[in-house]
Amino acid sequence: MHEPARKAPRSVRSAQPYLLLLPAFLCLAAFTYWPMLQVLLASLTDKKRVGDSGAFVGAENYFRIFQDAHFLGALGNNALYAAGTVIPSVLFGFLFALTLRETTNLSAILRSILFFPTLVPLVGAAAIFIFVFMPDIGLLDYYLAKLGISATNWLGNPDLALVSLMALTTWKNAGYYMLFFLAGLQGVPQDAEEAAKIEGANWLQRLYFVIIPMLGPTFAFVLVIALISAVSQIDHVIVMTDGGPNNATNLLLYYIYQQAHEFYDLGKATAATVVTLIALLTLSFLSLRTVERKVHYET
Amino acid sequence: MRPELKKWLTPGALLAATMCAVVFLWSTPFLWMLIASFRPDAGGGLGMASLFPDFTPTLQSYRYAIEDGYWPLWFLNSTILVTGTLIVQLVTISLAGYAFARIRFPGKEAIFYIFLLQLMLAPPVLIVPNLTTLVHLGLYDSLIGVMAPYWGSAFGTFLMRQTFRSIPKDFEEAAIIDGASWWQVLRHVLIPLSLPGLTAFSIVSVVYHWNEFLWPLMVINDPDKMVLTVGLVSFAQGAEGASDWGLIAAGTLFIMAPLFIAFTAFQRQFVNSFMSSGVK
Repeated sequence: MHEPARKAPRSVRSAQPYLLLLPAFLCLAAFTYWPMLQVLLASLTDKKRVGDSGAFVGAENYFRIFQDAHFLGALGNNALYAAGTVIPSVLFGFLFALTLRETTNLSAILRSILFFPTLVPLVGAAAIFIFVFMPDIGLLDYYLAKLGISATNWLGNPDLALVSLMALTTWKNAGYYMLFFLAGLQGVPQDAEEAAKIEGANWLQRLYFVIIPMLGPTFAFVLVIALISAVSQIDHVIVMTDGGPNNATNLLLYYIYQQAHEFYDLGKATAATVVTLIALLTLSFLSLRTVERKVHYET
Repeated sequence: MRPELKKWLTPGALLAATMCAVVFLWSTPFLWMLIASFRPDAGGGLGMASLFPDFTPTLQSYRYAIEDGYWPLWFLNSTILVTGTLIVQLVTISLAGYAFARIRFPGKEAIFYIFLLQLMLAPPVLIVPNLTTLVHLGLYDSLIGVMAPYWGSAFGTFLMRQTFRSIPKDFEEAAIIDGASWWQVLRHVLIPLSLPGLTAFSIVSVVYHWNEFLWPLMVINDPDKMVLTVGLVSFAQGAEGASDWGLIAAGTLFIMAPLFIAFTAFQRQFVNSFMSSGVK
């Protein structure tokens, strides 16, 4: 220890932090930043296949997708799907956390059951929900029939198929979001609520004026991960509907997957990827900023 | 209202009853799956959806499911995938997390933000260019190719940075005075004190990769390298054609079983890990 000769030369030591970051950074660069650049460049060429050296065509691929009814449909469907999954799953997650906030034996069991769907692979959940949504004999119709509601073709009807997928996603994710709200609620100081109670605030007022504002960062965070999941998870589309019926459940990533994998149209696939990434980043930043601006909290 | 009834009908009791009902509804797909997997002669009849186990349970569906799928192979491939992903991740995130937590160097903040951005770019969206990269690297149709994109985890790096920062510097300083190198400090002081963080990351990583479908579906062609999720889908599509729902239920239970057993055994760790995946 006391021999200075054992210390590495200064130049090596100043390179040390960069060397430590290198393995992680190389992977991020190779599979996130480099592909982003690549996809941007490829979207401006007419190459049809991986490895081709296509000619520069400017924004043509973007014109092509924005004239493609299937792409516009996928964009619209994904917007609907995002709204129809993010809002209910975040709301359910929040309500579950609120009602199961106090730790008792019963609430611990109920929380575990609500969390279970998080552990199920989406393809497994999809395989089961195909049966849940089966017309006539499926779980849903079987019990709805007992209430006098007649058979419904949940996945076969273009007006209902996307809603059915939203129900599955909400079922699967609400318990996951509940965890974040439970963690957030632990951070709400007891005396703030007590003070509001003494001032005569009823539970609704306490919720609105004390609890929700303090959970601002949690809401912002859960909103963003819910949004990312609404864009990046399409396993259930592949297993349950293949984008149908009549393209009613075609989502952006499914469109990209199809263009690349079935139609080998790299131009459309890459242009659609760029549009999806821009939409995702914009929405993430916007939801973080709006929620954080509306809410006052101390850290 | 009778007084003893009134005593029980508090808002708290009503809330508990409502929540029990809601959670029961939430759990019906699971309940059905469990019951259907034990139902004899499950071939798509009308009573198939019933949640009442009004039959003598049989293991028939499980026997057929075992015969119909290549489960040992799929389990093996999924295990290789999950382990290979995690081991490399643990090394890269510990090194990077240490650099961010303990060393001052020029450009630190900028590099930190570059890492941060990755969290918002959902990797599945980049399937097309990443597949191209794999082809160029000669990793297409290999399990290594499925793992590689996840080897540098931004989320893991942040988690380890937070974990290391929560450890008092006194421990390291004592070790450094005793002549320990940075590597010895990391290996013998910081890592042993960071086991909760490493466990949290490991659980989230294993669950994510055990359950992932689209990426392995695109990378792997060779049936000998198929993972569980992809195997389950091909298996379920066959059984669906025969409307054998008991078979699908049994197969789905196979793939869920390891995580469920682990969850039941280590509930607290699971819940804490998933909460930490909200690290900001």
